[in-house]
Amino acid sequence: MSATLRAEPILEPALDVELDRVWRGRSGFIGWLCSTDHKSIAKRYIATALVFFLLAGLEAATMRAQLSRPENGVLGPDTYNQFFTMHGTTMMFLFAVPVMIGVGLYLTPLLVGTRNVAFPRANAMGYWVYLIGGILIYSGFFVNSGPDAGWFAYVPLSGPEFSPGKRVDIWAQMITFTEIAALIAAVVIITTAFKMRAPGMSLNRIPVMVWSSVVMSFMIIFAMPAVATASLFLAMDRLISTHFFNPAEGGDALLWQHLFWFFGHPEVYIMFLPGTGIISALLPSFTRRKVFGYPALVLSIIATGFIAFALWVHHMFATPLPQLGQSFFTAASALVAIPNGVQIFCWIATIWTGRPIFRTPLLFTIGSIIIFVIGGMTGVMIASIPFDLQVHDTYFIVAHFHYVILGGVVFPLFAGIYYWFPKVTGRMLSETAGKWNFWLMFIGVHTTFFPMHQLGMEGMPRRVYTYLEGTGWGDLNAVASLGALIIFSSVVVFLGNVVWSLRHGAIAGSNPWDSEGLEWATTSPPPSYNFANVPVVGGRAPLWESGDELPVMTGLARDRQQVLVTTALDAEPDSRHDHPGHTIWPFIVAVTIGIFFITLIFTPWGMPIGTVLGFAAYARYIWPKKNHDPSIVELPRSVPQSEVPR
Amino acid sequence: MILQAPRYTQQSMVDPAGPKAAMVDHFWHFLIITASIVTAVVFITLLIALFKRRRPVEPQEPAVHRSLTRWVSASAAMTLVIIVVFLVLDFRLGRAIATVPAQTPLRVNVIGHQWWWEFQYPDTVPSNWISTANELHIPVGRPVLLNMSSPDVIHSFWVPNLSGKKDLIPGHATETWIEADSAGVYRGQCAEFCGLQHAKMALLVIADPPAKFNQWLTASRAPADEPGDSTAKAGKQVFLTAGCSVCHAIAGTNAGATVGPNLTHFGSRLSIAAASLPNNRGNLGGWVLDPQRIKPGAMMPPNGLEPDQLNAIIAYLEGLK
Repeated sequence: MSATLRAEPILEPALDVELDRVWRGRSGFIGWLCSTDHKSIAKRYIATALVFFLLAGLEAATMRAQLSRPENGVLGPDTYNQFFTMHGTTMMFLFAVPVMIGVGLYLTPLLVGTRNVAFPRANAMGYWVYLIGGILIYSGFFVNSGPDAGWFAYVPLSGPEFSPGKRVDIWAQMITFTEIAALIAAVVIITTAFKMRAPGMSLNRIPVMVWSSVVMSFMIIFAMPAVATASLFLAMDRLISTHFFNPAEGGDALLWQHLFWFFGHPEVYIMFLPGTGIISALLPSFTRRKVFGYPALVLSIIATGFIAFALWVHHMFATPLPQLGQSFFTAASALVAIPNGVQIFCWIATIWTGRPIFRTPLLFTIGSIIIFVIGGMTGVMIASIPFDLQVHDTYFIVAHFHYVILGGVVFPLFAGIYYWFPKVTGRMLSETAGKWNFWLMFIGVHTTFFPMHQLGMEGMPRRVYTYLEGTGWGDLNAVASLGALIIFSSVVVFLGNVVWSLRHGAIAGSNPWDSEGLEWATTSPPPSYNFANVPVVGGRAPLWESGDELPVMTGLARDRQQVLVTTALDAEPDSRHDHPGHTIWPFIVAVTIGIFFITLIFTPWGMPIGTVLGFAAYARYIWPKKNHDPSIVELPRSVPQSEVPR
Repeated sequence: MILQAPRYTQQSMVDPAGPKAAMVDHFWHFLIITASIVTAVVFITLLIALFKRRRPVEPQEPAVHRSLTRWVSASAAMTLVIIVVFLVLDFRLGRAIATVPAQTPLRVNVIGHQWWWEFQYPDTVPSNWISTANELHIPVGRPVLLNMSSPDVIHSFWVPNLSGKKDLIPGHATETWIEADSAGVYRGQCAEFCGLQHAKMALLVIADPPAKFNQWLTASRAPADEPGDSTAKAGKQVFLTAGCSVCHAIAGTNAGATVGPNLTHFGSRLSIAAASLPNNRGNLGGWVLDPQRIKPGAMMPPNGLEPDQLNAIIAYLEGLK
């Protein structure tokens, strides 16, 4: 079943040049601002998210320095509270979700065999909005106006009475920016996956990675409105003196918790499901067989997406909610172990019957499974209300969710980076450095977070800037801080590896791992138009199944950006759609959105000014082109695959 | 150090001193044993899968596929069985710890403040009503029903050796119960992030045999003793005139404010600054002069007292047994 290494896609020289002229944007700084190429946008997402990952990691390292011994003086309470709020906020809103969005935006069009994402302008705008949000909150942090009410910003502590100043306002507006960006990306990914797949890629042939991005996107669409409402109410309480959360005026502090966690818990799975998709995508290359249990994997991902919305109250077991109602959330929280268990069982079955090749991506995959299983065990434990009431808001929980997120997000992400880096850059990452990177991180994670289980059970609460000498927590905290140092060194190795490999890495070729997916059917890095001709798919592992030559279809315009639209279920060619091309206006609209929300922090005039500017920019953005070609050209429906021109 | 006091028990949920914590500790044993077995099985299977000797099998072969399907289905079914057992045990335990034992409980009001705990012992006779701070006295062997509220932000009451948490939420009355099996001093800490000094918002539960507890209750109902020596007398004057009485109350004097902790029997407390420092002359002096150095952000302002004023006020406060 192993396929021979594929020849580079056959290109007529003229086609190559013509397509590149049409799809490649202008060069230079302005051209960079104008790009609507999904690969450029996705690379920016990933690079920006990794910068935030480093910042949040430095914040964590500083906190670990503070906590390494009792009554330490590295950070005072005010700075410590800013640090832990920024660490959580950055990791959740500015790193984990955006980086998975970036991975999804880069891979989805390549995995489904199309030339760009749907709505490429909106896609570009989403990135700029995200970037503005990140710059906003870090600007606040660097001038000692970082948020200090926790990433969960519980009212009334985050309300106008107990958090005066602009800190929480900046936080709430940053949330708004990331919501807008995530919602745009979700719509883009769903539409791309459902309407732009290569002919023949029916629903049951969509790669698991794409399914996981699709489910992530649907979850974003259902979860984000809750936090949008919450942050809007909070901003209104703070800026125009409404009383949504003020009990003295009939508001309710618990309302915030419901709204926030209705978003906050699905958020965990929004980050984690793409991680499982990455593992399912790369396992075949390193076990030399197709992933076992495709239907089970896809249904598990979808089931997790549904169950994720029935868990939010398990963050609120200590609040006065009816016991019987809480029991429902216990059951749901425990049951989520089943779809996730099924995924792990399928991966182990894949490895069992495959021939493992111990390269760095597989090491990170194994690390991910081990770490995630431990986090999953404690996850079922804390579904129990009596047990959770003991460990809730302690370091036990800190240990639990770091295991889940490192195992479910960070390790799969690193596996994915080592796997797809050659596709994105054309060069391999160093294996030696990769192994150092893996082992340091694997050892560091356990050294840091395993002792925290014990600390939590010994009574150490979360979010404390210090602890007393006699509590007996000093030794385990010192061990945890040492572990943080090890993780830090592994990240340094990773950065060194990236920098070195970008210049000196081995040339990858189009399919260095001899993989099965469509993304490997084009050059590394892919050309601006991804595929010279749209591939035609006959199975779930196109490159392993199609023999030496991948069938393609032709018939798309060469003189303008045109993509093929296919039917949602069977991916039969449906129509051709013209894309608007590269343009500066998404950037400008994003800037006006930035002006709107940032000005609002300081003056209500932000509203009229931002609205006028925003609408003006948006009018220009959607203005029809003069010599507008009717962009949708119908193709005859239900072209039998054999008759699609190749 | 208060945490090395002779009767002090190290904070821990796996060293239970009351029925509630004991039931959870018992359940924890089930959890950790089951989880360890499951984890071990998964890891060993993974390791075998990675390192076993390979026979040339064709993974797509129907027989291989069927066998894998059986194993994966069986594992999923096993997961379901374990989870159902877990849920049954958990619901039984949940019902047990939610029910206050039948005996008449002692009622105490718990009020969370930024960043200290107020404990009120209500009584039908208003003059018997006690308000104290950061140290919760309870009788051994009798359930104590805690009625909890917060006037500012959300706090969470937690004493690991006795009981899990319950939040104190502005606008919501909440309650929980605790019971101690044996006499001792148990430490707890606010478990919901509540602002700058969340880290130093601790409390001590002091569990005494019923007779000793009743003694304490009676003594606490009495107004403060009049200061004996001249230094302490001067200290009382400083207390009443230097601004302390704007926030603090001492029964039997004109000081009746309820913003800060009630200091009527301050001298008999083990700790100051919400169970952050032992109650002794040195710590008290440092605290009265500048609380911000010990708990930056605390609501109590620095006091520019002269040395003799400081001495006097320490003498007065330490004398309030």
